[in-house]
Amino acid sequence: MDTSILSVTGRIFDIQRFSTHDGPGVRTIVFLKGCPLRCRWCCNPESQSYEIQQMKQKSSVKTVGKDISVGEVLEEILRDRPYYRRSGGGLTLSGGESLLQPDFAVALLTACHENGINTAMETTGFADPAVIERFIPHLDLFLMDIKHTNSRKHEEFTTKPNEKILANAQLIAEKAKKLIIRVPVIPGFNDTEQEIGDIAAFAASLPNVKEIHLLPYHRMGKDKYDGLNRPYLMGDVPPPSAEHMQRLLQVCEQHGLTTHLGG
Amino acid sequence: MNSVYTEKINKSARIPALIEHLFAKMPEIEADRAVLLTESYRETEGQPIVLRRAKAFAHILDKLPITIRPLELIVGSNTKAPRSCQVFPEYSYSWLEDEFDTVATRSADPFYISEETKQTLRKVYPYWKGKTTSELATAYMAPEALAAIEHNIFTPGNYFYNGIGHVTVDYAKVLRIGFRGIADETRAALAKLKVSDGDYARRHQFLEAVLISCDAVCRYAARYCALAKEEAASCADESRKAELLQIAANCERVPALGATSFYEACQSFWFVQMLLQTESSGHSISPGRFDQYMYPYFKADLEKGKITREFAQELIDCIWVKLNDLNKVRDAASAEGFAGYSLFQNLIVGGQDANGCDVTNDISYMCMNATLHVSLPQPSFSVRVWNGTPHEFMLRAAEVTRTGVGLPAYYNDEVIIPSLQSRGLSLEDARDYNIIGCVEPQKSGKTDGWHDAAFFNMCRPLELVFSNGVDKGVQLGPQTGDVTKMTSFEEFYNAYKAQMNYFIELLVNADNAIDQAHADRCPLPFQSSMVEDCIGRGKSLQEGGAIYNFTGPQGFGIANMADALYAIKKLVFEDKTVTMQEYKDALEHNYGKDMDAKQAENITAQVARRLVESGKKLSSEDVKAIYETVSKNDCTEAEKASYQQLLDRIAALPKFGNDIPEVDNFARDVAYTYTRPLLNYRNPRGGQFQAGLYPVSANVPLGAQTGATPDGRLANTPVADGVSPAAGRDLKGPTAAANSVSRLDHFIASNGTLFNMKFHPSALAGAGGLESFVALVCGYFDQKGSHMQFNVVSRETLRDAQKNPEKYKSLVVRVAGYSALFTTLSRSLQDDIINRTQQGDF
Repeated sequence: MDTSILSVTGRIFDIQRFSTHDGPGVRTIVFLKGCPLRCRWCCNPESQSYEIQQMKQKSSVKTVGKDISVGEVLEEILRDRPYYRRSGGGLTLSGGESLLQPDFAVALLTACHENGINTAMETTGFADPAVIERFIPHLDLFLMDIKHTNSRKHEEFTTKPNEKILANAQLIAEKAKKLIIRVPVIPGFNDTEQEIGDIAAFAASLPNVKEIHLLPYHRMGKDKYDGLNRPYLMGDVPPPSAEHMQRLLQVCEQHGLTTHLGG
Repeated sequence: MNSVYTEKINKSARIPALIEHLFAKMPEIEADRAVLLTESYRETEGQPIVLRRAKAFAHILDKLPITIRPLELIVGSNTKAPRSCQVFPEYSYSWLEDEFDTVATRSADPFYISEETKQTLRKVYPYWKGKTTSELATAYMAPEALAAIEHNIFTPGNYFYNGIGHVTVDYAKVLRIGFRGIADETRAALAKLKVSDGDYARRHQFLEAVLISCDAVCRYAARYCALAKEEAASCADESRKAELLQIAANCERVPALGATSFYEACQSFWFVQMLLQTESSGHSISPGRFDQYMYPYFKADLEKGKITREFAQELIDCIWVKLNDLNKVRDAASAEGFAGYSLFQNLIVGGQDANGCDVTNDISYMCMNATLHVSLPQPSFSVRVWNGTPHEFMLRAAEVTRTGVGLPAYYNDEVIIPSLQSRGLSLEDARDYNIIGCVEPQKSGKTDGWHDAAFFNMCRPLELVFSNGVDKGVQLGPQTGDVTKMTSFEEFYNAYKAQMNYFIELLVNADNAIDQAHADRCPLPFQSSMVEDCIGRGKSLQEGGAIYNFTGPQGFGIANMADALYAIKKLVFEDKTVTMQEYKDALEHNYGKDMDAKQAENITAQVARRLVESGKKLSSEDVKAIYETVSKNDCTEAEKASYQQLLDRIAALPKFGNDIPEVDNFARDVAYTYTRPLLNYRNPRGGQFQAGLYPVSANVPLGAQTGATPDGRLANTPVADGVSPAAGRDLKGPTAAANSVSRLDHFIASNGTLFNMKFHPSALAGAGGLESFVALVCGYFDQKGSHMQFNVVSRETLRDAQKNPEKYKSLVVRVAGYSALFTTLSRSLQDDIINRTQQGDF
């Protein structure tokens, strides 16, 4: 094993063990700090800025973000190896956006593969294709968001247009081991049958893509906005109803996609 | 194995009706057995004890009122009222007499007792003065051991005051040849005796006693046959009439003869199960591998078209209900320790056979159905897991867990089999193990395991290190030196080990005294007739008739002691941020934390009660003195601040349960201070001592008698349960906690370890939730953990159940090694369950 990769450092803000919704089996999720998008509904607002921040919690202040080496993160990941082995689980990179820290992320994925650990990554897909190419050999699964097919609306709600994302989806679909498309279902943004249908049509058009996950909007991140002294732009918008999610599920299935609600 | 039928089978309408009848009234204490026992004993004065026991058993079975409850298919009850109990004055009785007026109103496991029953019992009790096993055991004990019990270092209360139980007899043999067959075997053994044999007297008497018992059981079943016929004759409902006639036919054949159908096998099993609990008051009479010994009868009937899967399921469900019909009254303090009316009848499915092949079968799955259908605490339902366990079996077990019944418990063949081999079991016997009571593994039909021989509180010897062996003004333990003058952690740790070794020796003395008392006064010929090699050796189980003999007292408080010793090592000897004197002061003052009056009263009451039970006379002055000691906490604000600073320092230290190898390996070593010394000792039956690491629910009441500990645990609060991390200290999720616990040596604790984890139901939601749950169990087992069990209820649900118990009468929770109805538990135990760290949110 190339031990030099163990000393590569990156910036993360959390490691969550025994997670079961982001990739197969029992997984450890490493949350990287910094994101190119600013989605209004983001439930991890503390993930967006690359800077280390202070966030108020009930009665204390929490420092969000720390610099850490691949070796240290790997040690934490390896602790749950018995459970990965039994369930086909492993590491999932989340964020933030791991594509912003390619040296660190790729080193971590490489180290995991060298230890026989399955790898997955949740991503916006917003990066130069060359960066994405670096990740592809080291990932068993891409979980990539397609939030909207209309670039103008995409930009309005996430601050970035979607052309680059859609192109990268094509690239990943062609070259990666496996790609699952994920859609955060956000009321007032993309929750109509038409909009979800457009996303599903796009996903179905990608080579090798067979699966789509619809993730209903939730308000669990609201308190964090207060903690960071930021306004919560979603206001009191209620989560989509279970019935509505069922309808959207059918829309996706009509495009021949295996569809899951939640991860 | 492809032919195993794993589908769910519907519940018959009979089952809810049977359950409703069972729970219609409060359980009651009945006096018939005590009266009949005493009558017989009066007539057999001066005869050999084993014959007297057999004759008393026969007299009881001939005269005890019998009843067939409405709609029953499997019959046999040792009480008139459902869920009621007989009493067993041959073991002890004075506690019940003292509690006549409170037993119906106490918080844990209340029983109704009528004035008439009280009168009847008052008449028979004088006969038993000086004749009980508990009195003889007391006489046998070393004074130092009695003092250690009085000071709550350990408590052997279970067998001190009750029968032993804790056995799995050879059910398969009874199903195969019946008690007539066993009697034939006994006669053959008798024929081999020579009157000139040195041990002729003992052997002869024992074998005669077995014959008397076998005959008595056959006559007892015949009484049920007659009763069923009688009820059939007057039954207007044709279908019930047919059922009663079938019951009569069953009882005519079994358990006298071998079973010829699955239905007969069920009835035969039940007679054995119920009568074992009529002969003696011991609990944890465990059915063991029910799926294995029942399967041949089911398979034969199914192949011949004699039975439907639905009816076989209904019969199994009926047995599940009947297992909840049995009951036992314990003294108030023990009732807290074993809370939930639990009889710990452990029934296990799945696993390997003696040849090492997986033998999961149709009945294994039907037992899961039964647990879901009946949804009551009994049986203590368990599953065996190994590398060859079918995945579907694990998923079905996980589904049962998800319903929140607290069942099944999961056991790891890969640890238990080699562990039992290391205790002298053959490979074949080890592979065929089952579980007794909570978590204790053994080979059925060959073992007298004494699995629940005492609770040993590992925190108390540490208190004595701080007091140089003095407890409540008495030099109780050895003088291990002035703790404030100790200069290294080794010196301190050695002092702890010295205290441990001393009290372990006394624990052995106490257990062996009780053991001898049972051999002398309560040999059990009926039970012995179903355990190898009692008949061959001509010896009762209590005298060492079994092939494998053990004594398994359990230690608890590992997590507290690991954290405590680690804290001392770090803060006093490595970082030197605290002096031992400061630590000692803080402990004596309970870290400056006041106790409110109610808390102090509770603690005083519990302490006083324990003292009285262990034989000490307390004046009101003494009680007042205890209260003063408990409630007085006169320290200055400055002292309080410094104690708080110490608490903060302790809180900042790494703790057991968070997947920190350094701390966890330290805990492994601390556990050895209990598990290793025990292995040096032997019991009067010729067997070895072996440690368990589990507390049942004694961690709450016994914690209430333990002062503050160096891990920051406040005085009188519960100590950690089993090998689980201390409550609220495992903060890194379920896999981290499991990894930590797996770092203990589960092989050496061959009497069982207990790891409790609580889940919110949402944690197991969906197919993915079940798969992850299975991965968690298997991942823990791959790392050589021995046992795992789960509570799947929300904190809110439990809080609401405390407020509105009437809405939650059937809410089952996992207490420790068993499940119980939540609303029947004492408030403090309820609180402890709520406060266990809730894993989940994933």
